[in-house]
Amino acid sequence: MKTLLTLLAITLLLLQSGIALFLPKGFYQGTFLLPLLLLSLFAAGYLMSRMTQIADGQSQWAKPCKLAVPALFGLMILLVWEAIVRGFDVPLVLMPAPTQVFVTLGNNLPLLWADFQQTYLKAVVAGYVMGCGLGFITAKLVVRNAFLQKGLLPLGNFMASIPIIGIAPIMVMWFGFDWQSKAAVVVIMTFFPMLINTLAGLRSVDPLHADLMYTYAAGKGQIFFKNQLPQAMPFIFNALKLNSTLALIGAIVAEFFGTPIVGMGFRISAEVGRMNMDMVWATIFVAALAGSLSYGALALLERRVTFWHPSVRSGR
Amino acid sequence: MTTLKKLTHKQWFAVLVLVIGIIIIWYIAALVMNGNQMINMLERTGQSWTYTQIFEGAYGIQRPPLPVPHQVAYELYDSIFNNAITSKRSLLYHTQITLNSTLLGFILGSLLGIIIAIGIVHNRTLDTSLMPWVIASQTVPILAIAPIVVVVLGSMNLTGILPKAIISMYLSFFPVVIGMVKGLRSADKLHTELMITYNASTQQMFWKLRWFSAQPYLFASLKIGIAAALVGAIVAELPTGAQGGLGARLLSGSYYGQTVQIWSALVMSALLGWVLITLVGLAERFILLRRGIS
Repeated sequence: MKTLLTLLAITLLLLQSGIALFLPKGFYQGTFLLPLLLLSLFAAGYLMSRMTQIADGQSQWAKPCKLAVPALFGLMILLVWEAIVRGFDVPLVLMPAPTQVFVTLGNNLPLLWADFQQTYLKAVVAGYVMGCGLGFITAKLVVRNAFLQKGLLPLGNFMASIPIIGIAPIMVMWFGFDWQSKAAVVVIMTFFPMLINTLAGLRSVDPLHADLMYTYAAGKGQIFFKNQLPQAMPFIFNALKLNSTLALIGAIVAEFFGTPIVGMGFRISAEVGRMNMDMVWATIFVAALAGSLSYGALALLERRVTFWHPSVRSGR
Repeated sequence: MTTLKKLTHKQWFAVLVLVIGIIIIWYIAALVMNGNQMINMLERTGQSWTYTQIFEGAYGIQRPPLPVPHQVAYELYDSIFNNAITSKRSLLYHTQITLNSTLLGFILGSLLGIIIAIGIVHNRTLDTSLMPWVIASQTVPILAIAPIVVVVLGSMNLTGILPKAIISMYLSFFPVVIGMVKGLRSADKLHTELMITYNASTQQMFWKLRWFSAQPYLFASLKIGIAAALVGAIVAELPTGAQGGLGARLLSGSYYGQTVQIWSALVMSALLGWVLITLVGLAERFILLRRGIS
């Protein structure tokens, strides 16, 4: 019975994909196909709950199923999007279909690569490295001084609560239209999260560990690299991950305030003006891919570096 | 001497010293930057200049690269007290526009976040399928497409504060989901087992135990959420141009090189963010104190 239902669900999904992809535009108008979309949603839901049951079990399929469930959810969203946009013949000005976005993406790779270079490889990377580095160094200098700490912590928290992105027009005015001004925005946006987290991490050292290092007659450098820094790593990685998305947002939004004719933020605002929504969404796709990949890479690195931390060990 | 030593242990004193230090650095930096601009301008017209002349003029020039705090403070005072609140020249008028969409987006986002979290905690399928996407949704620089969302919704005849509120909602639902899922699962194990021995239903379990265990987490998330909602509202205002709001103020200031206007909008948004977070913090204290925690 269960196998039969699963097979039925898969067939339904394939049928729906075929309808969404190959029927001529506007196929929902005047036909009976819309209930099929609802049915296939139920089918996808059923498949996902089946796969979750398998993933929670002990069989050899548990691990692939665990990865497949969110993938299926994502595919379902894309399918509904495609079906509705093509089925109701939604004008391009409002919303392009996913397939159209991918076609545009493929046709404009050199342009998108140039934008990516300008925004990500220049502004984001330079600003991110400088902002995180400065935050780390400041935290390292301040951690020994109780007075400075008392003053900096509330200021840092205050800065975290305000919309720093508003500094973008000022930076554009100071550092010009090119990537330097975007990097400056990124530096300011990433500095404070890094400072606060590194400070918290460096202060989280277990007094017992500190005493042990003292009895070993460890030097200052040894204490820092063998005790304080590893202890602070989970906090530092939290900031690094948070900053990786903040940096991308900062650079793109800063480009709205003035830019040479290249860059992701420029592409988005220019193509919105020309109502080329497929190009806009292609740029967004590139930005999302860059954001997710850098976040994922940092998360992997974190698992390598902080392999001893309970949150990583229990995850295995 | 001893009083000074006592003072150095006080937090407010440390903050005060740092703030005064920053202001002093600010004035010096303004002198250098504005002075350089003045020198450039005078040399271009071929006039001679002296350092005393620069020193006197640096804090008073039109459209300075770096306005000094008293200029910003005067601009704030001038635009708030010398204009009616309904006038477009009043900063309060723009603040209130931003505040409206921030609050609407914050409320919608918090409700959405709470609902998603309840679903995730009670339904295993939702947990495995939706949770990864909730996290992935934040690696997408959604703020970058805020202007498009406003334009697209605008072409569907949805204008006013709703498009901006949707951006704020998207930014503020995430911390609420993460915090609430953690909070709803943080119910004390002994209490949970007691409820099970009472044969409590899922509903009773939720309203009598989980909802309360989640509250401290919820408030921590709400504080992050309202700050994110404010950022979303300001960025969403960038393309609306003249229609008002702190973001529009920033944009028009940058178009016309009105640095003092940019800085006063910036200070105003910082104040607004601080006030909003403080209000959530007060609500947290009020509610949690009545329960005897925190």
